[in-house]
Amino acid sequence: MKVKLKVWRQKNRNTAGEFRTYESPALNENMSFLEMLDVVNEELANKGEDPIAFDHDCREGICGTCSLVIGGKPHGPHRGVATCQTYMRSFRDGDTIVVEPFRAKAFPIIKDLVVDRKAFDRIQHAGGFISVRTGAAPDANSIPVPKENADLAMDAAQCIGCGACVAACKNASAMLFVAAKVSHLGLLPQGQPERFKRVKAMVTQMDAEGFGACTVTGSCEAVCPKEISLDFIARMNRDYGVALLKGEPKQIAGGVG
Amino acid sequence: MATLNSNIPSGPLASKWESYKFNTKLINPANKRKYKIIVVGAGLAGASASATLAELGYEVHNFVFHDSPRRAHSVAAQGGINAAKNYQNDGDSVHRLFYDTIKGGDFRAREANVHRLAEVSVNIIDQCAAQGVPFAREYGGLLDNRSFGGAQVSRTFYARGQTGQQLLLGAYSALNKMIGQGAVKSYTHSEMLDLVVVDGHAKGIIVRNLQTGEITRHNADAVVLATGGYGNVYNLSTYARGANATAIWRAYKRGACFGNPCYMQIHPTCIPVSGDYQSKLTLMSESLRNDGRVWVPKKKEDCRKAPSDIAEADRDYYLERMYSAFGNLAPRDIASRAAKTVCDEGRGIGETGLGVYLDFADAIGRLGEGKVRERYGNLFAMYHEITNEDAYKTPMRIYPAVHYTMGGLWVDYNLMSNVPGLFVLGEANFSDHGANRLGASALMQGLSDGYFVLPATISGYLASQKPDKRPATDNAAFKQAEESVQSLTKQLLGNKGTRTPASFHKELGKLMWDHCGMARNKAGLETGIKLIGELREEYWRNVKVAGEAGEWNQSLENAGRIADFMELGELICRDALHREESCGGHFREEYQYTKDDPETKQGLVNPGDVKRRDDAFAYVAGWEYGGAPDKAPILNKEPLVYEEVHMSTRSYK
Repeated sequence: MKVKLKVWRQKNRNTAGEFRTYESPALNENMSFLEMLDVVNEELANKGEDPIAFDHDCREGICGTCSLVIGGKPHGPHRGVATCQTYMRSFRDGDTIVVEPFRAKAFPIIKDLVVDRKAFDRIQHAGGFISVRTGAAPDANSIPVPKENADLAMDAAQCIGCGACVAACKNASAMLFVAAKVSHLGLLPQGQPERFKRVKAMVTQMDAEGFGACTVTGSCEAVCPKEISLDFIARMNRDYGVALLKGEPKQIAGGVG
Repeated sequence: MATLNSNIPSGPLASKWESYKFNTKLINPANKRKYKIIVVGAGLAGASASATLAELGYEVHNFVFHDSPRRAHSVAAQGGINAAKNYQNDGDSVHRLFYDTIKGGDFRAREANVHRLAEVSVNIIDQCAAQGVPFAREYGGLLDNRSFGGAQVSRTFYARGQTGQQLLLGAYSALNKMIGQGAVKSYTHSEMLDLVVVDGHAKGIIVRNLQTGEITRHNADAVVLATGGYGNVYNLSTYARGANATAIWRAYKRGACFGNPCYMQIHPTCIPVSGDYQSKLTLMSESLRNDGRVWVPKKKEDCRKAPSDIAEADRDYYLERMYSAFGNLAPRDIASRAAKTVCDEGRGIGETGLGVYLDFADAIGRLGEGKVRERYGNLFAMYHEITNEDAYKTPMRIYPAVHYTMGGLWVDYNLMSNVPGLFVLGEANFSDHGANRLGASALMQGLSDGYFVLPATISGYLASQKPDKRPATDNAAFKQAEESVQSLTKQLLGNKGTRTPASFHKELGKLMWDHCGMARNKAGLETGIKLIGELREEYWRNVKVAGEAGEWNQSLENAGRIADFMELGELICRDALHREESCGGHFREEYQYTKDDPETKQGLVNPGDVKRRDDAFAYVAGWEYGGAPDKAPILNKEPLVYEEVHMSTRSYK
């Protein structure tokens, strides 16, 4: 099979970008989408042209590095898979495929299809953790966790931090990502002491990064490679509301011993 | 010649670590912040070390080439993490985990390190559970376990098929907390391109900013490398595409010895190669062997038939037949070689004949499809995505692939290399797995090194260094290292060749697989060394790298990494050639049990099993750079002295 690619090319953040069209060489339908780009890039390199920059690493759908909006959909045509697990058999011979970066104000372009997703890290720095010093943990079985809570926490914890939810959202909202983090920790007994402080800190940082508001269209859930449920956003909103009602914790001056 | 002193503490094995910790010099809290530590890498080992060192009060600078410290390939580990908790009451203990690991490594690991690993394993699970790692649980709310290869107890903790991801996110969350507090400075898209050695001590690194191409110097009182393994020398592997050996290789060229480079792990259960375009091989977790049965047809002529058309009596469940005590849970090296053997006999399945079946029909019959889906659903889904086949209905096709490197930079008991001040953690060091790693032990080692071992051992070195006295970055050694990085970049970009770096990588990978793969021999290795040398020469003559230095340039990044793979590939072959024995993942055809050996007659081993030569090779090979790529490296040896365990014939029958 052969396809025609319409790819977003942009030298860097300060230069305007444009679509350019490339004809693929003959492809095998069992190639992954990224392997197809590898083959196209080898051809470009051999011709002395600049290869298409795209992000990728594990190529097994777990590291969250790969991105791409393929045919208007983040991570391509299939539900529940990342771009790196999209195979050429999902396209037809002769198809024209439009390939764009994840577009959002909070994800500035680095080059071509590569965007900077550090905003996600900064949200995590604000509160995406349970404060436990190494060595200070009690025996792992001393805190039983109901299986259904552990399973639900795991559903949320599966988020790979790719940013597809942001790319799909018309408001470029990061609510699904933040909700997954907040819910994962908030569902576990270990996460209770910081539960409300955490949600407030993370939402505040999310807003500061320039992500948009959530209007519950559900496009995020539809494109999430890990099929993270929209329900977690409801859970986060509830926790956030409670956190606002609780207000700031009272500061008590500590003794000096 | 370098001196490889293991610095194993004296005293009985079981109390070495305790007494070591008591005897190690400490740094007082007020002085800790005066020491700056560079950590390169943020996988399990790098992230856990960065977070923990910062908690202790050191100034930590963490560098990753990824866009975020959450992407390292630890994230892809599926099956689980071992710990001697004995929550199942099935006879596990620290000593049993220690013994299984030593035996699993075919008696080529250091006893004291492995015992420490087994001791610390229990703390890791506590730590991770407290961080909120959502481990699998039983209905009573307690932690669940599964079995893994090379063990007869259930000691593996897991989080569905995404254990590595969850443990990594745990370590990343600990790191986030410290970054948020300003205790760790995080540099992303920052690739280490050289180690700076001042007066014999590691005191800094040279870094390229991948977004801008800017080269910068960074000084420190100690440098920690946690940059992962080097299996991508083989091009096709289960590693992430970006995984590379550049950090450890450049450290090697600055004097750090490389331990046992030929100890590669070829994982038995990966999706077979399907075509020339392929960029990576995908692992199917070893946990699948808990419930899947491995087989090939007994008769060659059945290989083309659909598996459902092959009668039960015509199937050879060869692992169950050959290794009845461990069956489908035989260690990885053994299971891989057995797959190769049956395929070499012409009984392999699939288009290429390089494949065996992993069949879940029995498990589905016994447990129901729902239970199997609950245990392995994401793996079956991944298999379906890649192959377009439904493994609930038809057996999976699998074949061995390069997965992990037991070799790595040589370190002593302190995890310090022979270059003082340079510490190496996780898969990047050669440490604890000997000649073969057991399943679910890599996660254990990465976190053990990062959370518990390094934070205790590094103070011993730092106490010998005056606080606030690290060399400044205008020191001549920094200048020289930066110039060497700049000139390498210039050379790569200025070369007017005709071939892409990727085409060389593909060729190197094939040379390595053909000459230094699952079975090795003298003639093949010698040919391999010659051909790799020639390929390396052609590389520098004929490589063509696109783009410029001062921009995002993935071709340039790859070109540098592939240049290092060329040299490392040759060293792997040299090590494999010199080690005239078979052990674990290193199988030399000349050294295998035959049907006439007494061990075979006693029923301990099968003909064709690996044959160690403890009289001549019970040592760690620490290779020292010869000064130039075409100069022979120098072999240093660290004898392996076993105080507690008897080096016996490894039997899984």
